[in-house]
Amino acid sequence: MSTGFFTDTTLCIGCKACEVACKQWNELPSDGFEFTGESYDNTTELSATTWRHVSFSEKVERKPELPYPQTRWLMSSDVCKHCTHAGCLEACPTGAIIRNEFGNVYIQPDVCNGCGYCVPACPFGVVDLMQMVGGKDGDPKYNTNVLRADRMEHTAVQAIGGIAGKCTLCYDRQRSDLEPACSKACPTESIQFGDLDELRERARKRVEQLQGRQVQARLYGVDENWSVGTLGAFFLLTDAPAEYDLPERPVLPSTHQPAAYASAAVAATALFLIGSLIFTRS
Amino acid sequence: MPGLGTSFGRGGATTFVQDLKNSDCILIEGSNFAECHPVAFRFVMQAKERGAKIIHVDPRFTRTSALADTYVPIRSGTDIVFLGAIINWVLRNERYFKEYVQHYTNASSILTEEFRDTEDLEGLFSGFNESARSGGGGSAQSHEGASQSRGEAAPGGGYDTQSWQFEEEEVPRFDGTGTASVVRRDPSLQHERCVFQVLRRHFARYDAQMVQDVCGTPRALFEEVCEALASNSGRERTAAIAYAVGWTQHTVGVQYIRTAAILQLLLGNVGRPGGGIMALRGHANIQGATDIPTLYDLLPGYLPMPAIQRDEQDLASYLKSNAKPTGWWANLPKYMVSLLKAFYGDAATKENGYCFDYLPQLTGDHSMIPTQVAMKDGEVKGYFVIGQNPAASGLNAELGRAAMERLEWMVNLDSYETDTASFWRREGADPAKIPTECFFIPAATVLEKDGTLTNTNRLLQFHEKAVEPAGASRSDLSFIYQLGLRLKECYKTSTDPKDRPILDMTWAYAHEDERERSRGEPSALAVMQEINGYRVSSGEQVSGFTELQEDGSTACGGWIYSGVCPDKQTHRARNREADDYTSPDWGFSWPANRRMLYNRASADPAGKPWSEAKKYVWWDERGQEWTGYDVPDFPLTKAPDTPAKPGATGMDAHSGSDPFIMQLDGRGAIFVSSTLKDGPLPTHYEPLNSLVPNALYKQQHNPVMCEWKRRDNPYNGVANEDYPYILTTYRLTEHSGIMTKYVPWLAELQPALFAEIDPELAVARNLKNGDWVTIRTAVGEIEARALVSGRIQPLRLAKGRWVHQIGLPYNYAPLGLAHGDSSGDLVPLVMDPNVSIHEAKTLTCNIRAGRRNKRKRSHVDEDVPAAQRSQEGAPTAHGRDFPGPQR
Amino acid sequence: MRIGALPNVTSQRTDNLRARTRGAKAVPSICCYCAVGCATLAHVDDGGKLLNVEGDPESPISGGHLCPKGAALFGLTVNTARWTTVKYRAPYAERWEERPLEWAMDRIAGLVKETRERTFVKERDGKRVNHTLGIASLGGATFGIEENYLLGKLMRSLGVVSIENQARI
Repeated sequence: MSTGFFTDTTLCIGCKACEVACKQWNELPSDGFEFTGESYDNTTELSATTWRHVSFSEKVERKPELPYPQTRWLMSSDVCKHCTHAGCLEACPTGAIIRNEFGNVYIQPDVCNGCGYCVPACPFGVVDLMQMVGGKDGDPKYNTNVLRADRMEHTAVQAIGGIAGKCTLCYDRQRSDLEPACSKACPTESIQFGDLDELRERARKRVEQLQGRQVQARLYGVDENWSVGTLGAFFLLTDAPAEYDLPERPVLPSTHQPAAYASAAVAATALFLIGSLIFTRS
Repeated sequence: MPGLGTSFGRGGATTFVQDLKNSDCILIEGSNFAECHPVAFRFVMQAKERGAKIIHVDPRFTRTSALADTYVPIRSGTDIVFLGAIINWVLRNERYFKEYVQHYTNASSILTEEFRDTEDLEGLFSGFNESARSGGGGSAQSHEGASQSRGEAAPGGGYDTQSWQFEEEEVPRFDGTGTASVVRRDPSLQHERCVFQVLRRHFARYDAQMVQDVCGTPRALFEEVCEALASNSGRERTAAIAYAVGWTQHTVGVQYIRTAAILQLLLGNVGRPGGGIMALRGHANIQGATDIPTLYDLLPGYLPMPAIQRDEQDLASYLKSNAKPTGWWANLPKYMVSLLKAFYGDAATKENGYCFDYLPQLTGDHSMIPTQVAMKDGEVKGYFVIGQNPAASGLNAELGRAAMERLEWMVNLDSYETDTASFWRREGADPAKIPTECFFIPAATVLEKDGTLTNTNRLLQFHEKAVEPAGASRSDLSFIYQLGLRLKECYKTSTDPKDRPILDMTWAYAHEDERERSRGEPSALAVMQEINGYRVSSGEQVSGFTELQEDGSTACGGWIYSGVCPDKQTHRARNREADDYTSPDWGFSWPANRRMLYNRASADPAGKPWSEAKKYVWWDERGQEWTGYDVPDFPLTKAPDTPAKPGATGMDAHSGSDPFIMQLDGRGAIFVSSTLKDGPLPTHYEPLNSLVPNALYKQQHNPVMCEWKRRDNPYNGVANEDYPYILTTYRLTEHSGIMTKYVPWLAELQPALFAEIDPELAVARNLKNGDWVTIRTAVGEIEARALVSGRIQPLRLAKGRWVHQIGLPYNYAPLGLAHGDSSGDLVPLVMDPNVSIHEAKTLTCNIRAGRRNKRKRSHVDEDVPAAQRSQEGAPTAHGRDFPGPQR
Repeated sequence: MRIGALPNVTSQRTDNLRARTRGAKAVPSICCYCAVGCATLAHVDDGGKLLNVEGDPESPISGGHLCPKGAALFGLTVNTARWTTVKYRAPYAERWEERPLEWAMDRIAGLVKETRERTFVKERDGKRVNHTLGIASLGGATFGIEENYLLGKLMRSLGVVSIENQARI
């Protein structure tokens, strides 16, 4: 059995409870206090310390037949996709990134050496590096200076090294039969957690239901034939993926490798032939 | 709000949030439901998934609008036109619920010939006293709940409500001894002076065109709303209305809610599943702080504070002026005597009027704004500020801060440094010139103390202490308890009668737990047991307010909460057992654990459900009692065919089909014959600061609103070209007040004050997204970051005039990780006459690119001339003084 | 499934990974922000340390869900920006100083008495008023029922009439 998330964006109210519940459970710091002017989005993207991120997409259309503009404001909570073929996992040279018994992609913080190979290997730009501080018993902890706000700014805590960070799908909670913090908090159940087969079935029914109401709904990360495979965290969208800051067609970096191997083989063969010719001539 | 109280009898949401899922149409107006009450919004989403139509009417397209089926733009401050036009549409098209209106409302009641409507008098009702001044009356009118109808002139002037009364007729008394006068009715609703016909005429000019001209709402959208509400109301279907402070923070706020109440009564949606009016309170215990209030004019349970204007010098005169002859409020004497017994214990005896004269008397309006003005003028010496940050969220906030400089001492209880606690070191202040002695007492958070909170639908829920308070922090309860003990000690040798209340006040709240006791913590449970009430002789708890007595044998600190601790072992607010609907064993819902108020109205006059689909409470013929999914809001065994007894007192005066038991006549009030200071029917008045003249009447403003015409409180005025844009304020999902601004996880989500600006205005004023802008009103200027968004759209009013609206969050102040200027610096002091609430939801302003000037001392900080002052901070003018422009 | 080069090797930490709230006491509480009244559970370890706050799934209102403010309740209580000592600012002083709670309570009680004595009015226009306008109080609306009740009782017994809270605002 594999577990995962189904994020139904038609139910999202953009409240960001998922972002906060994730940070609280996983003891992650804030990423800073910058006003961006990008709709209601001030955390802007997933990072090593922001594992849920709500995107906002505003569109105002004027239709000549109507005396007033039509506004639509899409909100959607993004997260690590826990790909079937995970670029980060492939690229990890230390074995820190594993696929756990729930089928989720998990970074073991005590094994990760912060090399960062996983960062460009993710076609969704999810994985990032963060600073860690030492916890008791040598257990690495995320930099929880989040709670050290007395100087009203991030206080620098001495780092003991960088480490890759992303959604763990609340591995610790799942091990204790608890659902992940984000889906539990989500007030409108836009984020649903469960067995992926069940979630996909539920999602397909939801698409049918919405299409019956003339809503242009589609799933993202279920039936496409992508190199990353199906997604362990998939989405129901009502507009183009780009509107949700998602790639139209995610491509695993390693899928470029066979081509590279092929061209290398062609070159080697050519060299061999040329060499043979030379030797033959001699 | 008395909007609900006067219409239905109690000032609380008529339904509970879970029930919204049973609605067939939800109109959200004056509320940004999804953003401000996200978890309750899930029931709106559930209704929507069931096929209900969700409508959001708001000046801004918000996260609520994004999830609604229909978004309807509106100019802020014009909701009475919008709702009044729906009422007119419903009446004209005969779409009201006839049986419900006939039997359950006062539509059939006939008014006297003296009554004149705003249609006749250019926006005034009959009884207006031109020379008199309203406000500052200390009238102790019902704030949230008690439906008071005293038929007296508003103290200090304003309206004389004599002409708003119903015509009466003499009928034989129920006991055959002579006659009794009762309200004259015409059940056919045809009499030209019956409320129904008066209502028709009152709103006759409120139509789709008026909506387009005044609200800027396109006709097609308006009609879509009308049709949606009407087609989702009736026997088989119900529609709900949800509002929040978007309706209350206006100079006519109470009347906004009244308009919604009238509409819901016409559509037959009150007291029925999926119907009702959901008042969405903004803070954890707003409802509780009105029920068991720290409000100047109310004692616990909506009992008015005694006031000299009403000559309530002794208990007898107080009871005479406040108890009602008919309906539930006939029980008021039991509740008042029991309250005095709870306050003063054995000292309260029949002979001394149960120590009634220990209570101070009101001499005026002592609410927050007049107090702030009095403070500015040096009349207030000491100030307790508990978990509140008026220096940030106050009105004319700089006036408020300057007022604090004139205090001798100030005590702050909070968990974080607040802008109020440190007002003396704010930008532009010189501590060396500020004499105020300041105390900061660190307060425990909700997780660090026991206590009970009353949610938005009257539900009491207990929170247990989870961890020890950090450092020297203590619960607020501990502070009050310890202060009380010390004051008793200070006065213990006094023989002055004025000190008797302190010495006689019962104060035995020692904690059950030894360790807590040694730390000086009182017992929250003991306090709640006192609120619940007990028998004086045995100390046993009473099981509910029906056991309370007028003879001093019972004590009860808050009758409406009686039943919450029915015995020493039980605290029903601690109950945590849910079911899939009304969940009677989850918390305790006042009154008497009812989840939905007025639920008798869910059955027809004969006691049968209006329909199977909307069944809730009904008459059980076999058991001869009311039954259903909830505690019936009706005498349990009073049969539906019970006739009213003319001349009887209390509940006997109501028939078995009068569902609004708190009302004098047992009916929902379409027409409120007294109580409200600004009229028996809602009428559109422009906000204090408005861009346009009132299109409906010569009268521009609420004629009895309270104003302060002082140098430190200048107004923008009407159609002032210096302030050409509308400004509206609101809160964000991500923040509350000071509490959230220090929490990094929240601060990063919305780190700074911003102003939402429409793209056309941005171009016109050269404002760039993300850049600084400065916003100005006559009282002050603030800076914010520009958030240019097509979600905000200019609106087209009459004669093709376009108006721009600017949106500004109300969450920010200089202190905190998330910070910015305070929007309160733009809001002038002006008050609704009924509940003394300010007007922050609609203002006018100007805006320019760039940052504001550095703060320095201004005219706001200086004393005002003596001629501009008023005693006790009373308002200096009312809305009628303002020269309204001619139509 | 795995196409990476290395086998799944798990560390001891990974093997032992469990929710930190396992076995912790779950104390029932209520969110202090808006008035919806979401139920929460505060997880506390044996040493009385707060570990986590999350929604109580049993609540018919919140069903275990929370908004961002509710989800951040932990950070409201456990936060080094909190002021947890009694502070005092003398007249004309430029800074706060720390003081003992007992000292502050005595001083405040003394000021209340002194101000009350000076500003108490027994009669006005021949009518008994028994009040003081020299002291005022303003409370927030996270201020609980018991707190409201007791403050109202104390203030009214002192003759204070300007008693207000957020509900007005």
